[in-house]
Amino acid sequence: MTRTEFWQGNTACAEGALAAGCNFFGGYPITPSTEVAEFMAAKLPKKGGVFIQMEDEIASMASIIGASWAGSRAMTATSGPGFSLMMENIGFAAMTETPCVVVNVQRGGPSTGQPTMSAQGDMMQVRFGSHGDYAIIALCPASVQEMYELTAKAFNLADKYRVPVFLMADETVGHMREKIIIPDTVERVSRKPFVPGTPPFRATDPDLVPGFPQFGTGQHVHVTGLTHDERGYPAATNPGLHMALVKRLVDKIENARYEMADYDIINPGAEQVFVAYGGPVRTVQQVLHDRPNNDVGFLRIRTVWPFPEKALAEFRNARRFLVPEMNLGQIAREIERHVKVPVKSIPKLGGELHTPAELVEALEAKQ
Amino acid sequence: MRSEVRFSGFGGQGIILSAVILGRAAVMYDNKYAVQTQVYGPEARGGASMSQVVIDDAEILYPKVAHPDIYIIMSQEGFEKYGAGAEDPALMLVDSSLVHSRPKCRCIEIPATQEAKQTLKKDIVANIVMLGALVAATHVVSEEALEKAILDSVPKGTEELNLKAMQLGLQLGKQP
Repeated sequence: MTRTEFWQGNTACAEGALAAGCNFFGGYPITPSTEVAEFMAAKLPKKGGVFIQMEDEIASMASIIGASWAGSRAMTATSGPGFSLMMENIGFAAMTETPCVVVNVQRGGPSTGQPTMSAQGDMMQVRFGSHGDYAIIALCPASVQEMYELTAKAFNLADKYRVPVFLMADETVGHMREKIIIPDTVERVSRKPFVPGTPPFRATDPDLVPGFPQFGTGQHVHVTGLTHDERGYPAATNPGLHMALVKRLVDKIENARYEMADYDIINPGAEQVFVAYGGPVRTVQQVLHDRPNNDVGFLRIRTVWPFPEKALAEFRNARRFLVPEMNLGQIAREIERHVKVPVKSIPKLGGELHTPAELVEALEAKQ
Repeated sequence: MRSEVRFSGFGGQGIILSAVILGRAAVMYDNKYAVQTQVYGPEARGGASMSQVVIDDAEILYPKVAHPDIYIIMSQEGFEKYGAGAEDPALMLVDSSLVHSRPKCRCIEIPATQEAKQTLKKDIVANIVMLGALVAATHVVSEEALEKAILDSVPKGTEELNLKAMQLGLQLGKQP
């Protein structure tokens, strides 16, 4: 039996994590994500899990990496300033292929910026913020329902691809309360088992993901951020090995782009097409709803990274893409790389969602 | 039909809780859709607090309130900051024991704080009096739904007091 609730987005995120079997949370509270940590502090120990408030976000990220290697489904939650501190260890998680979930309820930046206001300013940081080449997965919820569902999904993607997965929410979705239907069960994907006696970082399957040699299960494994060989031993001066390792870390995500792609295509024959993710999705939905003749297209994306670029080509008559974002056009620039027609960025800073009138104005403007 | 409701007062009156109770009543007990949002900032403590609810029979797309249909105003500063611009055909319920201004739109005066203090000896339930009056005047949710949502949301041991406050509000909000 499904049940109905009236929940805040951040509550739904934490509930989704619990439903997915999250049993470790290490974090440092920060507005507007604090409710996630509060909820986990109250609920996780009662379910046999562990909640630790760490001394800062550098340590928070380190704690979930360690917990993950010990076999936990591990998560942290933060916002811009904390996210910046996490960058170093996010790179470590990518290099060591550590499954973990990081929630970023985005607020206005740069720096401490606007703690209580909404933004989507970390969309490029999540993709490229740590040094070196790597790839990650980023999901963007647009409703309280999706705060629940995409958090649960994030754990599965993290375990399947052995990669940090990011729930890139925004203050709008994190703090609003709305109706949510709780499913009976949540799908759970397990980590690929490790074959004892084989090199722990050898990936022989076509998906390029090695089995997970969980700590405490009998296999000695060396986990390092240094460039490492299949045994996990440092090999930092071997150019070919470095190339092959980093290429595999990127390819295992990029090659699975359409396997994990999650988006909706609405009115594919339209000439003018909105592209949106997160909070602004709701404004676009309202604009489409208020127009009687289905003359506006909409690509609504949940998996922003890896970016599902082929979805853009589904709009075969598109003469222009319009991209409302609560930043100065971060994903609009990504879209420009993939299409030949003009891309109109509709940026909004300051902390408020685009209004329907603002999007209608952009739609009707010639330029 | 979409209804947009705005609550404002000062921090500590239970403005946010009122909005949450109203949204919960609509979603959990009237089988409608609702979205509750709030002004979320340090200035809300002691200063003007504001929270809004959208209620609809259909799924709610744009979640924010653009033009409130109904205002519940419980402080003078709340009126000045979040209620002064109200125009017809909106309806405003003011706590007339605390708000001396009146809007250009239709207005119902509910002496909620004064009545809560005199009749129930507890002015803390003034927000629940206002919720009762809101439902009597607008039927934006049903009385049954409001009662259940109040019982879900108030601390244990205060149920009877809060239900009395709701009943008091229902009486005060009834239009002749």
